Amino acid sequence: MKPDKALIFELSRPGRAAYSLPECDVPELGADSVIPAGLLRAKRAELPEVYEVDVIRHYTELSRRNFGVDNGFYPLGSCTMKYNPKLNEDVARFPGFAKLHPYQPESSVQGALELLHTLQSDLAALTGMDGVTLQPAAGAHGEWTGLMLIRAYHESRGERRTKVIVPDSSHGTNPASAAVAGFETVTLKSDERGMVDLEALKAAVDGDTAALMLTNPSTLGLFEERIVEIADIVHEAGGLLYYDGANSNAIMGIARPGDMGFDVVHLNLHKTMSTPHGGGGPGAGPVGVKSKLLPFLPVPTVGRRADGAYFWDGDRPQSIGRVKAYCGNFGILVRAYAYIRTYGPEGLRRVSECAVLNANYMMHRLAPYYDVAFPGVCKHEFVLSGKRLKAFGVRTLDVAKRLLDFGYHPPTIYFPLNVEESMMIEPTETESKETLDAFIDAMIRIAEEAETDPQLVLDAPYTTVVKRLDEATAARKPVLNCSCG
Amino acid sequence: MKHRYLPMTEQDEAEMLRTIGAESVEELFRDIPRSVRYEGNLPMSGALDEAALLKHMRRLAGRNADFDEYACFLGAGIYDHHIPVVANHIVSRSEFYTAYTPYQPEISQGELQAIFEFQSYVCELTGMKVANASMYDGATALAEAAALAAGATRRRRIVVSRAVHPEARQVLRVTARGLGLEIVEVGCAPDGTTDLAGLEAAITGDTAAVLVQTPNFFGCLEDVRAIEPLIHARKGLLVLSVNPLSLGLLESPGALGADIAVGDAQPLGIPASFGGPTCGFFAVTEPLMRRMPGRIVGQTVDSEGRRGFVLTLQAREQHIRREKATSNICSNQALLALCASVYLSVMGKEGIRETALLNVRKSHYASSLAAAGGKLSLPFSAPFFNEFVVKLPEGADIGAVNGKLLKAGFIGGCDLGAAYPELKGHLLIAVTERRTRDEIESFFREMEAVL
Repeated sequence: MKPDKALIFELSRPGRAAYSLPECDVPELGADSVIPAGLLRAKRAELPEVYEVDVIRHYTELSRRNFGVDNGFYPLGSCTMKYNPKLNEDVARFPGFAKLHPYQPESSVQGALELLHTLQSDLAALTGMDGVTLQPAAGAHGEWTGLMLIRAYHESRGERRTKVIVPDSSHGTNPASAAVAGFETVTLKSDERGMVDLEALKAAVDGDTAALMLTNPSTLGLFEERIVEIADIVHEAGGLLYYDGANSNAIMGIARPGDMGFDVVHLNLHKTMSTPHGGGGPGAGPVGVKSKLLPFLPVPTVGRRADGAYFWDGDRPQSIGRVKAYCGNFGILVRAYAYIRTYGPEGLRRVSECAVLNANYMMHRLAPYYDVAFPGVCKHEFVLSGKRLKAFGVRTLDVAKRLLDFGYHPPTIYFPLNVEESMMIEPTETESKETLDAFIDAMIRIAEEAETDPQLVLDAPYTTVVKRLDEATAARKPVLNCSCG
Repeated sequence: MKHRYLPMTEQDEAEMLRTIGAESVEELFRDIPRSVRYEGNLPMSGALDEAALLKHMRRLAGRNADFDEYACFLGAGIYDHHIPVVANHIVSRSEFYTAYTPYQPEISQGELQAIFEFQSYVCELTGMKVANASMYDGATALAEAAALAAGATRRRRIVVSRAVHPEARQVLRVTARGLGLEIVEVGCAPDGTTDLAGLEAAITGDTAAVLVQTPNFFGCLEDVRAIEPLIHARKGLLVLSVNPLSLGLLESPGALGADIAVGDAQPLGIPASFGGPTCGFFAVTEPLMRRMPGRIVGQTVDSEGRRGFVLTLQAREQHIRREKATSNICSNQALLALCASVYLSVMGKEGIRETALLNVRKSHYASSLAAAGGKLSLPFSAPFFNEFVVKLPEGADIGAVNGKLLKAGFIGGCDLGAAYPELKGHLLIAVTERRTRDEIESFFREMEAVL
């Protein structure tokens, strides 16, 4: 093995230090004088000993081995990798937001509470809902919260409904969240146009149906044209409609889940509202509900008194409780609020128009070279199939790896599951036509390479710091930490 | 409309529509039924130009009392520790913060290695064998630990100490309702730690796990060595929730016999940020490895033999297993895990211990002042790390006391009466390495004066 980038632990030299602590200005008692020996550490934690320059160079080097939206085009479908505005980063770091304790007296955090209160009502307006909780930390967390609300709603009516219906194109988090909320999942096959099959839905709903979870537009980038009928079918059976907001970037100001018949919705602020994805998180997954579910929202929410003062409103006896400590991912909520205010409602509508225009343009230009899974008009993303390249021994994975050599993050691949050799492409609104054209040219060139020189594609990537990695061995013989201690 | 984040010109739009074969952008929305279209402008906050937005955000931030202006004696899970300057510089590198989950390892080695190092740090501090890439926070990590324990033992009963953070227990209750688990709470002994006799009585043959926090919500160190045999005798799991900074001095969960160690990494260089985003950590013994929730990074080699890192053991996860996954978590708190790693890199073997020791010294100096003043008393006798409880004189109005302290430049302690009716009139006070002797003395002088 030829390690070419050291672990921080491997840089350690006894006697070096990168920290600076204040002199002790109180009596220097020994830990063992106030804490029983049996509770004190017998063996020191073997953390590396490095100095500040090591720390900076190490992590700078790691950052250079990473690719983000600021490095280039990142059309990762269903993740909405749009530009992360720098103003949002700056304001979230204001001491008046970053150096606050959640248990401070309400009078000392009126600005923070005002921000949360405004964000609650802005998100309610955007989704067409009657109330919003900002507690959930991510999309999946929002899904689970929403399903617990649905469960509480049915139980309050004396019903124990056990099933949640999810389409086969849904995110894996949907069935996983349903399971954690104590539901059985029923998977619904899509019809030949990629839409919810209404006959199959009618057959699937019954007195046990708690909810249908729907992403609209779907992960195929398609708007469920018969959404009103879908909502009617579910509601007539006594079930509720859950909106997975992962794809909200397509419809801001154009259509609202609340007007389509959805009862519960979550938004991914790290997608739609441009908060950075952080290399995997943090995100935020606020949940909005219609009035009949308001009594069950997590506590507390932020209220406003007649005198204009903001307060933590915990007075909700039927609440499901609390889904996260403190007030959610506040720093992310600050960024999302700043984002909303850079656009306002007209601007947000334009965001969705541009996102949809970009996606349709790319789909049309790529259609001759790859199979469009579901032709027609798409929303903010579309799904291609790489199946025709299989004749040359090239798979979608290989196309993705070859894209790395052109300086792009590949699309989402092998999802959704109901399209063979799928590539889900989401350009977002913050990419220029030149960027889209250059990516399209690369995709066309790769399709040609697959036909004329498939080995070139199969051996890709060539330009990255490592080549393809042995994932099978990683899972079979897991090495999950450096065991440096 | 022109906007600094939107590149679309009129000419771009015309050319793109021509390629598509559409007359207008409106035509691209023809699949949305008229009956659900929104007409007009949404009743939301309006747009502001850059300068006006900065001013607006400064105004909102300015209406909050922050740690730069006020000396913070609040803890209860979120602490005002010193954050090394380099931490913000590193998490502000946009190659890290504008990336997503490292699905494409060849261009994500930086994040993957950073997570691998985070996992290594968590294992080293906790003394556990395996750690994951992060959870949302300490509270949700604890709830996930209960879920794991129930699955691993095929038992439904979870015994939790009432000295575990009240909000963590609230999250646990919602989680338990979803999974059909039974939650049994055990009260406290007079010294501020979990009542061992009550705990022993609560553990049955159907108990999946005992959940204990140390230092507990009152700051007291639990006698884990006495708790461990109680649950292991019944073949249940021991789940310890710990303050990672305290592990610079205190015995590791692994050495104390924990099967699962969780906690919140906020004390490790993560801004308080009104309670979030922080970063939950989650570590287990080897036999529980394949039951872990969330992302895990593993070391491997590339086709030319170079060391590299990948997401691994994904057969546990929602995108593969859907409803059979060990958890529904997808996005986590990776950037804050990076922040905690930077903090631990800065602190190193000596710094973490010295910082922990400073916390012990300052908080014990503070408690000695509290005891000596005459008006406050210390109800709990158990050893503590950097937080302790004081009892105010009968009839004292804690809200008014904290209000007066605020006017004097202090963010006062946490009113325990809200979550523990029996502790009405008690304050939980945290004293970190950031508090100077002068601040500590002034704080208690002020408190004595207003009582």
